Amino acid sequence: MSNAQSSGTLTGSHYLDGDHACSEGAIAAGCRFASGYPITPSTEVVERLSQRFPQCGGRFQQFEDELAASIALQGAAWGGAKAITVTSGPGFSLMMEHIGLAAITETPCVFVNVQRAGPSTGLPTQPAQGDMMQARFGSHGDYRLITLCPNSPQESFDLTVEAFNMSEEYRVPVIVMLDEVVGHMTEKVVIPPADQIKVTERRWTRKKPGEYKPFDANGALVPDMVKAGDGYRIHVTGLTHDDRGYPNMTVPAHEKMQLRLQDKILKNVDSIVRYEASDLAGAEVVVVSYGITSRIAQKSIQMAKDAGLKVGSFRLITAWPFPEKQIAELSRKVKAFVVPELNLGQMVLEVERVAAGRCRTIAVPHVGGTVHDPEQIFKKIQEAVR
Amino acid sequence: MSQATVEADVLQTAGKGVRENPVDKYLRMERMPTIWCPGCGIGTTVNCFSRALDDSGFDLDKVAIVSGIGCTGRVAGYLKLDSFHTTHGRAIPFATGLKLANPELKVVVYSGDGDLSAIGGNHLFHAARRNADLLVVCVNNFTYGMTGGQVTPTTPYPAIASTTPYGAYEETFNLPHVVASAGATYVARWTAYHVRQLAKTMGEALGKKGFRFIEIIAPCPTLYLRRNRLGEGLEEMKFYKEKSVIKNGADPKDVGLDYREEIVVGKFVDIERPTLEESMEKRMREALGAKYVPYQQPGKMSPRS
Repeated sequence: MSNAQSSGTLTGSHYLDGDHACSEGAIAAGCRFASGYPITPSTEVVERLSQRFPQCGGRFQQFEDELAASIALQGAAWGGAKAITVTSGPGFSLMMEHIGLAAITETPCVFVNVQRAGPSTGLPTQPAQGDMMQARFGSHGDYRLITLCPNSPQESFDLTVEAFNMSEEYRVPVIVMLDEVVGHMTEKVVIPPADQIKVTERRWTRKKPGEYKPFDANGALVPDMVKAGDGYRIHVTGLTHDDRGYPNMTVPAHEKMQLRLQDKILKNVDSIVRYEASDLAGAEVVVVSYGITSRIAQKSIQMAKDAGLKVGSFRLITAWPFPEKQIAELSRKVKAFVVPELNLGQMVLEVERVAAGRCRTIAVPHVGGTVHDPEQIFKKIQEAVR
Repeated sequence: MSQATVEADVLQTAGKGVRENPVDKYLRMERMPTIWCPGCGIGTTVNCFSRALDDSGFDLDKVAIVSGIGCTGRVAGYLKLDSFHTTHGRAIPFATGLKLANPELKVVVYSGDGDLSAIGGNHLFHAARRNADLLVVCVNNFTYGMTGGQVTPTTPYPAIASTTPYGAYEETFNLPHVVASAGATYVARWTAYHVRQLAKTMGEALGKKGFRFIEIIAPCPTLYLRRNRLGEGLEEMKFYKEKSVIKNGADPKDVGLDYREEIVVGKFVDIERPTLEESMEKRMREALGAKYVPYQQPGKMSPRS
């Protein structure tokens, strides 16, 4: 860990929307390369970066489509830069292949998806949380990554910094999942002095060219990196590869690679998982929510408390990896989980799976391009207590 | 070479074991043999490229190669450079990001006609338009070799491919014309027969700036030639020799290829205009003046703390 560069960090108290706060988080985290293609409601992130980067040593390139944007940042990452790309809905669908490429080549990079309602073009300027499963499973094959869900502009800043730190720590693509409301709502955002922002730098190898193998984790789970141009003459491929990075289509090679890609997340899950819990002690019902829905759920929880109900809150900050241990433990203590989300049921499936029948899991699906009415969630809490 | 010299050479070789091929040091010899079929033209082009690197005198630690997917897409994996085997059609945007983030690199994209002009077509002409500082080498064998010989944007009427069993019927891309009209600064075409000219052109293009494009007509004996009953690789080399006409400076719109007709080869475009990076820098300086903070080349790696 080191600290953010004072040259770029916009220290101070600001009135920012979630998209702009995300841009500032990237700059504070040391990101100096961004690629993008215009799409609502995420474009403001790259608009701000295109304005800010030339004044703090960064480069933004708008590309011809999201396929290009989502691989250009990986070229930039292997060139030595911390890199980000930003999109929404249809653009996120187009980026799926390259999320898989980043996973198999263990390229540290950050994707931002400001969610809008789908499928397809759907509701371009209205919120949804319909891409939660896509963020986890959207690219073909088996892989693991990290997904963070801010619920405010402040958290959009904080978690974008965190996304870069985690992508460097675990060499995975990290996805920041905003939604249209968090992206477009304006609130106070406090950006600390640069020396108070912890930034994880890329872990360069200490080995010399000839000794270094780019995908050999040396008994650990995450290999050290090099960049192009430093004399290591590395090979990086999207094919199944061995420790040298050379294509290897054998059973042991594929198994070894796949298991390490999985284990580097699964075995570090306690260090990765983030959540915010309140009033869990004695709760009969726990509302599990994330992103903008957690802000609405706060009101519903207050209504339930006012009605004398014992209700707690568990807010997912990492959707993936999912906080299995915590949810499993709670499922032994509560009557029910209530899971509101802006889709027809996605993270609720994970809650239900982990609860494994030990308590009820009640979905509160909501679509239509608006957030929930707090009454909707309140009624489900009442139903859950009965 | 006289008989005596040959004998002396043989004796010398016998004494020292097999002499090293001058291009060996540019290849990942531990990955040999390649996956390419006997008679395939791709290896010949790699040989030319290695010779061009050998002659260039460049610091090869600062040369990176990026490929897409397909038979030619495997080139990156055999060259002993920083090498990236990316996704189908997307080598150019990967390379653009690599170059923008690490400007001291010379970045080469090496891929096939299907990868670059079909699935990657959008990136091909936008990179030419914005003058991304890349050398793009396109091995055009008129087919998708890796997947079994399907029709590509360059398969001429009425050639047989596995997905045009009754013959190809679409208009083809004249690749030099496509990239030249989109803004490429250097455009040339040779065949796999023209090894000396190709190596020289590759060397010249490596030393220039901007979006440079070299098309190489190459045989695919296993699929394209066999399916069209055109013989083996060697016969195709004879065909290239007979049918090629060198026309340096030819207008790219006039160099389209028809089935088994004349192959116009040579250097068609060699101009200068500001690269993507230069245009970006210039505009920022004009607009921001002293407030402009230029991009910093990422430093030499510092070991983990």
